[in-house]
Amino acid sequence: MKTVTLPVAYMPLVDAAPLIVAQDLGFAEAEGLALDLIAAPSWSSVRDMLAFGRVDAAHMLSPVPVAMALGLGGVTTSLSAVSVLSINGNVIGVGRPLEERLRQTGYDFAFGDAAAAGKALAAATGERLTVGVPFPFSMHVDLLHYWFENTPLQGLEIDIRVVPPPLMAQAIAAGEIDAFCVGEPWGSVTVDAGSGALLLPGKAIWSFAPEKVLAVRSDWVDTEPHLLGRLMRAVFKAGRWVSLPESRTAAATLLSRKEYLDVPSELIDRAFSGHLTISAQGEQRQVDGFLEFNRGAANFPWRSQAKWIGNRLASRAGLDANKSMQIAASVFRSDLYRQELQTTTSDLPGASEKLEGSLVHETAVASQTGRLILHPDRFFDGHIFDPMAKN
Amino acid sequence: MGKPTERDVAAWSLAAERQRASLFTALTRKSFHSLNLLQKKATAVPVAENGNETLSQDVTLPCSARNDIAKLPAMTDQLTVVVVEEDRDRAIAIVDALKASEDCEVFVIGNVSGLARKIAAHEPDVVLIDVDNPTRDMLEELTLASGPLDRPVAMFVSGAAGGLATAAIEAGVSAYIVDGLQAERLKPIIDAAIARFQMVRQIRTELAETRRALEERKVIDRAKGVLMKARGVGEEEAYAMLRKTAMDQGRKVADVAEALVTASDLLS
Repeated sequence: MKTVTLPVAYMPLVDAAPLIVAQDLGFAEAEGLALDLIAAPSWSSVRDMLAFGRVDAAHMLSPVPVAMALGLGGVTTSLSAVSVLSINGNVIGVGRPLEERLRQTGYDFAFGDAAAAGKALAAATGERLTVGVPFPFSMHVDLLHYWFENTPLQGLEIDIRVVPPPLMAQAIAAGEIDAFCVGEPWGSVTVDAGSGALLLPGKAIWSFAPEKVLAVRSDWVDTEPHLLGRLMRAVFKAGRWVSLPESRTAAATLLSRKEYLDVPSELIDRAFSGHLTISAQGEQRQVDGFLEFNRGAANFPWRSQAKWIGNRLASRAGLDANKSMQIAASVFRSDLYRQELQTTTSDLPGASEKLEGSLVHETAVASQTGRLILHPDRFFDGHIFDPMAKN
Repeated sequence: MGKPTERDVAAWSLAAERQRASLFTALTRKSFHSLNLLQKKATAVPVAENGNETLSQDVTLPCSARNDIAKLPAMTDQLTVVVVEEDRDRAIAIVDALKASEDCEVFVIGNVSGLARKIAAHEPDVVLIDVDNPTRDMLEELTLASGPLDRPVAMFVSGAAGGLATAAIEAGVSAYIVDGLQAERLKPIIDAAIARFQMVRQIRTELAETRRALEERKVIDRAKGVLMKARGVGEEEAYAMLRKTAMDQGRKVADVAEALVTASDLLS
């Protein structure tokens, strides 16, 4: 097999691990690929590079291709999310002033209960809350809105503002934002800079939220089906490797290199292990499944996940919900995933949609080989999202 | 040799610090001069030893300059361009090029806090920003604007401008335009921006390379020192050892030197 070089864009974040590992540890090479990894300065830049053909694939926020399909945000090139790169991995944090007030009210920073955290935060906040997020279309924004709407925080005037993650610590120290929702390592960087404390992992709001996807141009799917398959297999195998506990240290060391994330490997390891330092005083919390790269069919692009995203985007942008969900579902390509990965993984579920939020425990479900166990995908308020229901 | 270069680099990093200094100003041909004056004044400000001093105040233009803007004839067909650029020299260069190419009103925004709102306040036809600027994501909020005072802004690259878009992206300019702005009106603006961005980008790359070369030399010097002390060899021999190790391992001399310095820091 002749080696083909594929340009791939990513943001230097912990959850770019499958792409970095695929290239650096030879999973790509085994599929006859060399990934030319391009670290992007911003998510808009990742999107543009993919849309305009500078790269053929990208590490992307899961709501971005859905938003583009719905005509939101300017660029409307048709993209396909061919697999989910990672589940969960965000943190919500507050700046020092809010941390102080929360502590005064006796809040324990338990780091697990989104309802309790919402109640405590609402009590500790004045009338306004300004929250920094990395991008207008992101799981960060969707999780925040979901949390705000279903806790006493709904009574506040909330301003969600885009702040590039590397500047988050600075923005919170300067008092430009009161709180933030960001992907690792930037939450831990903020804690270590002494600028704030972590309040919740994203997982506490939706316990199985598709965070990043592997995105390609839809026309590229048609013109390069073989390259796509090779890329998907390489990235899948890399993600499976990263998810093994024994790979953790090596993966953290690799990502910490100057050409990738350029932060200490100890910071990166916090996300991999789920063992997070949540405050400047060094308090620690353990979150199992803080960031998942493979287990529980993590990489399967459920059309129901896309519909949830589509539904949320539609309600904020004032679009027709049913139509938007339909369009969204066509962006998450479970069809391509089945086709390209059937020989690689046994984790192919029998259905392509599920009742999001219905799994409270690890649950064995019908799969092509009968061995698939899905992980809990609960929303903190117990709501169940039925992708088939008409609004 | 080393000393002057080091000073150059210090000056450069000071300039980088200054980039963060608040610069939120409107530029017209007239105010351009005021800005140049201000700039000279700023250079004369005594600089703290650590080089961390930034301009504490926003650079504000004299009121007369601002009034000039207000007094401009209400030319409905004059384009309003906002350039997001923290580096003052760069901003001036870009404004210059834009104004020479097209009758347009140009605003420069240097301080990125509250960026989207500041831009919206100008109701621009075109927004230009360096593609490598991480604060670019803050502009995406513009595309969501729906308030009564906001104007819908779309990235022109998805529109009819076609080849112009690709050229711009390659040159490192990203642009946002009001939906429906005609490509022929946009072309001179974008062409001028492309040329200018390319030039500045080249200078920046050269500066970065100079700095890297200097850093590498420093670390190699330190590694040589470590070897000379630990192995009791001369400077030339120490360098030869570094070079041989680098060649044997297929790595750069600077990388080997850095590993050695790190290791010796850990062990001492």
